[in-house]
Amino acid sequence: MTEAANNQGAGLAQFVRGLWEESPVFRQLIGMCPTLAVTAQMKPALTMGGAVIFVLVCSNVAVSLMRKLVQAHQRLLMFTLTIAAFVTVADYLLQAFLPEMSEKLGPYVPLIIVNCIIIGRAEACASRSGLWVSFWDGLGQGVGFTLGLAALATIREVLADGAWFGMRVLPAGFEKWNVMKLPAGAFLTLGILLGLSNHFLKKK
Amino acid sequence: MDLVVQLLLVLISVTVVNNFVLTKFLGTCPYIGVSRQVGMAFGMGCAVTFVTTLSGTMCWLIHHEVLAPLNMPYLKGISFIMVIAAMVQLVEMYLKKFFRALYEAFGIYLPLITTNCVVLGVCLFVVDVWKYAFLPGVAASFGAGLGFTLAICIMAGIRENLEWADLPAALRGAPITLITAGILTLAFMGFSGMIK
Repeated sequence: MTEAANNQGAGLAQFVRGLWEESPVFRQLIGMCPTLAVTAQMKPALTMGGAVIFVLVCSNVAVSLMRKLVQAHQRLLMFTLTIAAFVTVADYLLQAFLPEMSEKLGPYVPLIIVNCIIIGRAEACASRSGLWVSFWDGLGQGVGFTLGLAALATIREVLADGAWFGMRVLPAGFEKWNVMKLPAGAFLTLGILLGLSNHFLKKK
Repeated sequence: MDLVVQLLLVLISVTVVNNFVLTKFLGTCPYIGVSRQVGMAFGMGCAVTFVTTLSGTMCWLIHHEVLAPLNMPYLKGISFIMVIAAMVQLVEMYLKKFFRALYEAFGIYLPLITTNCVVLGVCLFVVDVWKYAFLPGVAASFGAGLGFTLAICIMAGIRENLEWADLPAALRGAPITLITAGILTLAFMGFSGMIK
């Protein structure tokens, strides 16, 4: 019983760690391609976040289940194939239920296969921890990633369109910053956000 | 003659106008991670170009000759990543045998080309989005690698000089690299609209 409680505590701690301390976007700087590519607006950013959470949790659980069966030298191949399978599932789910978003994200959904967060977590956590901890780790990292995407998308959408989730939030007289919609805006926003988070929040 | 012109246009379009790193954000991780020295960046670019060209060609063939006739597009992701992993292994073995110093300089970044988004990205874009025929597809795959090399070499050149700049502590490392990348992207936008 105490062991189960312990386990539960460890799982929750792992979840919380993913939210900020080991946030993929702000701290580890991994998985940057989708971070930059799909954050021009909130909706695609959240769809992407949801897809990544799904794949991350499933692949972490699967990797954790097979960690004792897989030989060391084949593990990366096995992990990649597992991830590719789940990404295919996510891609087809999106096409079936959110065709509009699927169209908009285009090849960025299958590109989750090569998102460093997922293979990174499989290697760093799931391949050496139990089912429960791996599950919460996947969820925490996924939610942390989604929060990072949402922060970036909020700034970019408000400045580029004067809107949030497609709803107008700034007065009509607001001069739109077109650059925020463009790739340059993505790099600049993330660079400045990282600089700010380093300046104010980094532990001394 | 028409074919040559078309191939050249595709090549320029993918290398400069639709540069994968600067306009599609693919390959950002090595772009930030391996761009400290020009020499290493160039070596990395060459390795990536080699892998994109080979795997782009292979993936096009697999998609059009195997998956499409058998009506199994859902195996696309899985089969593409297998092809890429095999190609990276090939490059790794080749470098280990003939360019030992370069092989050791790359270290962990060499097997990581497998998860370089440029490689899978170009396979998916050529097959799904642009729907190129075979030869333009090969040209686009080569161009994507070339574009990556171009971007990462420019970035490395800038970063070598940035070492001497007096930056606020919070901006050192990744943040200033991202801001530089943003400005570089603005410069590359001058090419946009040149070719569709």
